[in-house]
Amino acid sequence: MTNSLLSKQSENLLFHTFDATLKPQIEELLSIGKAAGADLVEIFLEKSDNLSLLAEQEDISNVSPSFGIGAGIRVFLGKKDGFVSTNDLSKAGLLYALNQALGMLGLVSGSINNFRFAGLANLKDYGSKKNNWLTHSPGLDELTIKLIDATNTLSAKNKNLQVRRASYSRNWQEVLVAASDGVFARDIRLHQTVGMNVIAQKDKSRSTSARRYGSSSNPDDLRNWNIGESADEINESAQKMLYADYVDAGQMPVVLANKFGGVIFHEACGHLLETTQLERGTSPFHDSINKPIAHKAVSAVDEGLSNHAFGSLSMDDEGMEPQNTLLIENGILKRFLSDRAGCLRTGHPRTGSGRRQNFSFAAASRMRNTYIKQGNYTPEELIKSVDNGLYCKSMGGGSVGPTGQFNFSVDEGYLIKNGKLDQPVKGATLIGEAKEILPRISMCANDLDLAAGFCGSVSGSINVTVGQPHIKVDSITVGGR
Amino acid sequence: MNKIFTSQQGTELDPQLLKNILEEHIQHSAIEKWDMGASLSRDVSVQVQQGNAKQLKGSQRNSMTIRVWNKKNQVGITSTSDLTSEGIKKALSGAIEASVFGNENESPEFSPLAKTELKYIKQKVSKSHTIDHLLNILKKSEKQLIDTHKSIKSVPYNGLNESYMERIYINSDGANRHMKLTQSSIYLYAKAEEENKKPRSAGGIRINSNLEELDIDSCINETSEKLISHLNYKSIETNKYLICFTPDAFLQLISAFSSMFNARSIIDGLSLMNEESIGEQISVSNLNISDEGLHPENVGAFSFDGEGTPTQNINLVTDGILSNLIHSEATARKFGVKPTGHAGLGAKVSVSPDWLVVSKSQNKLDKDESLSIKNTLKEYVLIDELSALHSGVKASQGSFSLPFDGWIVNDGKKTSIEAATIAGDILKVLKSIVKIENEEIVTHQGISPHVWVENMSITGEA
Repeated sequence: MTNSLLSKQSENLLFHTFDATLKPQIEELLSIGKAAGADLVEIFLEKSDNLSLLAEQEDISNVSPSFGIGAGIRVFLGKKDGFVSTNDLSKAGLLYALNQALGMLGLVSGSINNFRFAGLANLKDYGSKKNNWLTHSPGLDELTIKLIDATNTLSAKNKNLQVRRASYSRNWQEVLVAASDGVFARDIRLHQTVGMNVIAQKDKSRSTSARRYGSSSNPDDLRNWNIGESADEINESAQKMLYADYVDAGQMPVVLANKFGGVIFHEACGHLLETTQLERGTSPFHDSINKPIAHKAVSAVDEGLSNHAFGSLSMDDEGMEPQNTLLIENGILKRFLSDRAGCLRTGHPRTGSGRRQNFSFAAASRMRNTYIKQGNYTPEELIKSVDNGLYCKSMGGGSVGPTGQFNFSVDEGYLIKNGKLDQPVKGATLIGEAKEILPRISMCANDLDLAAGFCGSVSGSINVTVGQPHIKVDSITVGGR
Repeated sequence: MNKIFTSQQGTELDPQLLKNILEEHIQHSAIEKWDMGASLSRDVSVQVQQGNAKQLKGSQRNSMTIRVWNKKNQVGITSTSDLTSEGIKKALSGAIEASVFGNENESPEFSPLAKTELKYIKQKVSKSHTIDHLLNILKKSEKQLIDTHKSIKSVPYNGLNESYMERIYINSDGANRHMKLTQSSIYLYAKAEEENKKPRSAGGIRINSNLEELDIDSCINETSEKLISHLNYKSIETNKYLICFTPDAFLQLISAFSSMFNARSIIDGLSLMNEESIGEQISVSNLNISDEGLHPENVGAFSFDGEGTPTQNINLVTDGILSNLIHSEATARKFGVKPTGHAGLGAKVSVSPDWLVVSKSQNKLDKDESLSIKNTLKEYVLIDELSALHSGVKASQGSFSLPFDGWIVNDGKKTSIEAATIAGDILKVLKSIVKIENEEIVTHQGISPHVWVENMSITGEA
């Protein structure tokens, strides 16, 4: 019939589960890898069931289901590793991939026999209570009604909206991680996002506004979506930016709003605290543990535990439970984010941060829910403290360069004049270097909030949460006209 | 039976087998009209660090997208990477289910060109090499680059890759396309450090159809020369400047605003152009832009798109006038033209350019003939590479604000700019071009000469 490792054949692969019955087959593969001389062999199996929908104006314009299967096999020898991914989950396909990974490190299966592989531990099944998540998620009928409701609500709010789009995306993933150090764990992940974006137009003026909301581990999330509130938020932003002038370039103090304002910390600092960056020698903080790297007003964490947050996990992609990792305490660097390879190559202990987009990427140290802790000021006090500056209410995306320079765009900005919010401005980009900007975050408000996002890096695009309270940066370069 | 119809070394997609399996499942449904795109890829890549192998990667991947039309002519699609018979059956079920929600007023059709003869593209399938061979080449390249200057300490981002790709398109009307190609690429992104100065970085990339012809030496030289030229840097005053875009940078900018030429974006209201824009003067009159997927330098060229339409070269801007758009079957039908070979495969089909070529219209004059990258003495800013295009470009509004790598040039002397952004409006940029140089330079993303633009805003670091 088949030599597939998928032990239960059925009409619908959704109803296969990765379970303890796979243990003998996986142990056989791990034994072959160890016998060839590998220090460690890790197998990552994945099934995915994804769905995306798009509503434009009054119609559903796209419904795109996709299914996936795959395996990633990683072999470590000393500080080197070989990684092979494949869609072929048959025994022959996995053996081929394993042999290819071994071959990358100069190892040949069957060449060494004096090893002892103690076998896998009992399966740690984080997914056992999640088996019904997929069937409990909204179906196509419910989704199409909700998205059309969203675009209609936008239309009702404002007739100047030339383009109204609402989108939904569901990523369901079942994973099994097994390694020759005994790790044997399974999980089911469910991530859902809804997004709205609009283009407002009047005469020759145009503005765009977009918002995305996301959650993990909550099949009912879409059902609880407050469409009216989202439509109000996005419509107000588009209207205010419709007649905004371009911001004048210069160096100035800025107040960054809470939630997605946290992208500055994610880009400017978070990436530089991943051992992936230490390995490359590209983090300016490589020798700064227990030294000040930020203003004493700044304490920051990265954790994978917040209930339903987009970056939360029951286990990372190397089978380790996530932690609450204190990165910075009162300006002092306390810890780096580390995965298996990062621990091996830099010595920093693992933090449950080994993450990957899917089976085709080797795990790497990545952020989860990353945020600056709240302080004691009110947001109004931060704005009052600025004579001439910029209030960044809504941030666009950003990136960080290989030597720590970062940039990110401001989607919705307002001038601050004499301690009060003034006219809306567009076209602003904040640029700087992490090492210089962190000491300038001088005030943190008391309104910490989180926002979902996607982060692209060495191990693909992953779900993360950024967050912060309102913060004040004493001086930063604002690119404009 | 649950055999996988692809993968493993040497295995190729079998279009007839995939078609047979799909038809076997379809005969148990009410579907009569369908099409299918499938792809297979095999990659091997290596990375090194200070003379040692860092990470070695391999992958074998395949995927299939099935699109069906139901009795009401509603279209549904599903994609899968599970190319077993069961996986294909499940994807077909998903497509049939999704079709119930298809927009019957906007259903795509088969491309009228899906069975026409393909333009000849030399299918370049070269032999693959061992990991050790790739590693040795990359280790040597890393060393060679580091040895070019004492301040170059590392090459933190690097990779050498070989890949094999196949693509097929089949439909129930008898279309049957199949193509395969190989690619080899190298990227080197080096970091330099000098005492009491900020670290600087620069990179280069080369792509070819085979490893033997991959121009690694020029990649090393380009990266080294750029990086050395960035060692002495200074901040730039915030002001308006005369700008010279390198071919790479100008192609980045045009690509970021390619929705101007994209019929799908125009129909969706996401473009700066509209359905009446064809024939409008959108730039200075000596600018030509075309999309040339069939250009011999485009080593990643496929001879057909996601709908089976043959790849074509299309003039987009001729003498500054918007002359054509890129189309899928559905957008072409709406505009009353033929598909141009730029489509993906979907219920709502995406459209994207292949290989942009910027050139100078020979019968028109530049505004400032005196400018030349080789001998201009007046002050200007040479922009080599734009960053953060995903966040700094508002394609539907035409505005951009982007960090860049570049130099301020005075009396022919180049000084690296520490950190800065350039901001503007694409339509103003296109109308403020003062010189398009004659020499067209091939890059990994298209072809362009150096292009000069006056009076652009730059924000420096104060």
